[in-house]
Amino acid sequence: MNKLGIIIKREYLTRVKKKSFLIITFLGPIFFVALMIAPTLLALNSDKMESKKAIAVLDETGWFYKKFDNTEANTFVYHNPEENLDSLKKLVFERVYDAILYIPGTSLNIPVNAKLFSNKQISMTLSSYIENTMKKEVEHKKLLASGIDPDIVKSATTNINVSTIRMDSDDKEETRYTELESIIGILLAFIIYFSIFLFSSQVLRSVIVEKTNRIVEVIISSVKPFELMMGKIIGNAMVGLTQFVAWIILTLAIYFVASGIILGPEMMSPTGTVMSQEISKLTETTARQDIMLEAINMVQSINFSAILWSFLFYFLFGFLLYAALFAAIGGMVDNETDSTQFTTVLTIPLILAIACSPAMMENPESGLTLWLSMIPFTSPIAMMIRIPFGIPYWQLGVSVTILILTFVLTTWLAAKIYRTGILMYGKKPTLKEIWKWLKY
Amino acid sequence: MVNLIEINNVSKTYGNYKALNNISIKVPKQSIYGLLGPNGAGKTTLIRMLNQITAPDEGEIIFNGEKLNRDHISDIGYLPEERGLYKAMKVGEQAIYLAQLKGVSKKEAEKRLKQWFHKFGITDWWNKKVEELSKGMQQKIQFIVTVIHNPQLLIFDEPFSGFDPINVNLLKKEILELRDKGATIIFSTHNMASVEELCDNIMLINKGEKILEGSVYQVKQDFKDNNFEVVLRQQTTDNGQHPLNLPEGFSIISEKNNINGETTFIISADKNINPNILINHLTEFGTIVSYHELLPSINDIFINKVNS
Repeated sequence: MNKLGIIIKREYLTRVKKKSFLIITFLGPIFFVALMIAPTLLALNSDKMESKKAIAVLDETGWFYKKFDNTEANTFVYHNPEENLDSLKKLVFERVYDAILYIPGTSLNIPVNAKLFSNKQISMTLSSYIENTMKKEVEHKKLLASGIDPDIVKSATTNINVSTIRMDSDDKEETRYTELESIIGILLAFIIYFSIFLFSSQVLRSVIVEKTNRIVEVIISSVKPFELMMGKIIGNAMVGLTQFVAWIILTLAIYFVASGIILGPEMMSPTGTVMSQEISKLTETTARQDIMLEAINMVQSINFSAILWSFLFYFLFGFLLYAALFAAIGGMVDNETDSTQFTTVLTIPLILAIACSPAMMENPESGLTLWLSMIPFTSPIAMMIRIPFGIPYWQLGVSVTILILTFVLTTWLAAKIYRTGILMYGKKPTLKEIWKWLKY
Repeated sequence: MVNLIEINNVSKTYGNYKALNNISIKVPKQSIYGLLGPNGAGKTTLIRMLNQITAPDEGEIIFNGEKLNRDHISDIGYLPEERGLYKAMKVGEQAIYLAQLKGVSKKEAEKRLKQWFHKFGITDWWNKKVEELSKGMQQKIQFIVTVIHNPQLLIFDEPFSGFDPINVNLLKKEILELRDKGATIIFSTHNMASVEELCDNIMLINKGEKILEGSVYQVKQDFKDNNFEVVLRQQTTDNGQHPLNLPEGFSIISEKNNINGETTFIISADKNINPNILINHLTEFGTIVSYHELLPSINDIFINKVNS
């Protein structure tokens, strides 16, 4: 094994064998699975979890008698409007009712306010159901009073759906699903952002540890400083990739196992996923069939392999670029506290790219987006936001080329700072000195 | 090849600072070479050049007849002044790693390390983390990893600083043993006593310039003042002691009566005068208890040369 290989192996193994790495590797997928399963689980269990609610209705206007539907979740009991509100309130504390819906009479005779009294938190679903029912009823009454048949208005109500379709010069037309694309983009951008931070800091720490332990001079009497630096960077990049692969595999594994156990076998459709079960439920009505088709179209419209490959590329080279800079900083300073001011300056472009992400999602074709996706210090993040929306190949090519060239240049410069810096103990160099190191 | 290392007219400049100016030295094979000089003299720069951590701006370094190159890395063992180990790493694992970087295979490294650990009686440290060891223990490990690849050249930068007296002795013993087995050793130090004890040759360097070079014996001869220390039991006469008069070319610098009736004289002699004349002369005045030439210590020469 050559020396670079020996260094990579040590960097990789010391990081991977650490407890913190194992914990993050295993907790990550559990967290992801929780995010995936929780909504389904909550939706399935919400009915079971909430006991049936009894609601007393004290309607001084008299407009809403028998207008609220009794369901599995709620029962509405209509009281005489003459009754005293306070005596009804007592019934809540005696647990006869869960809530009192009080609709006071108004001088205008058009009810616009209602109060829901309860000694517990009222669910959003219930209060919005009440709001909607009252709104419909008042509108209905108003229409009648104006001499308009509410049925005519109902038949005139139409749902409009605007599909975004992008045309290519070769007559291919594609329907775009902006929301989904935005979500995928921002999610990947955040993963890149955090990974670059996390793994570059590991490189920084690794450099500083060798300096503070005073072992670095022994090592560079055996290998070139450049090999040592590259060994660290490559080793940590491999740790990062290992983590991603482990996350993907574990997430899928835990997801299937957990959805089998938690959601029960009856929820598992022949294909074994809850999602398809949900979809097959949706197909029960023809109206919902459209939604399902839409969902399938949505998923198919996303070019996952392009996203995955570009994600891996931009993670790798974004990391390599920043890791080289962090390694140079590690060489310059004596402890992590001193490194903060330098790393803060370096990470401004990353933070800027994240801060601009809403604007980029709003308009993926804007000049801002274009520039941020070309500048190598922001492109790993900006491209993650752009790529799900589709991107001209030449732009991708230019961005990739700039990133690779900058990486080569930066590593060359970083190595010069690193090789001088690692042998300087006990003093913080000035910028002038660092400039000199570049020329040694 | 008589010399393992030949440094020819080497210079190195950092910005405006001349770290080394036209330095030439020769280190004979199987000898111990002392590199002396005050802080900032350029010793570490020179050592780092031998380790190819930095390169000379001018001049060349010859290793065993060849121009120094990356292939020589595995022929050199280096214990730097700023030294340490990975604190969180296990001793055995770490020693293997460092040996591998010097080109020793994993299997061979393990075998040799076991032998060294056995020799130093530290076999039970193999699976301990370095941070669990005392400083003295860590120094033993550092020494072992410096010599594990059986290098032809060993370079120790301030090897005794920070070592406790027991480890200093161990280190001295091992250094001599390695020399006897064929290794050439260069060490830089401020510890002058160890220089006289160990070194065959020395070079004194100050502000990047070579001030003097030679064998320890020759350097002392060059810098001696021709002083002799004589202890004499004088014959007493009725008139008390006979006053000591000296032949031409000799003069008394100091005289001290010892409690046992003996007197210690420090006598200076002119250059090129045969000291036997003095001995013959002194016998007339009493019994010579001891007689020896006063040679300057390397410490004196060092201070003298650096101050001038």
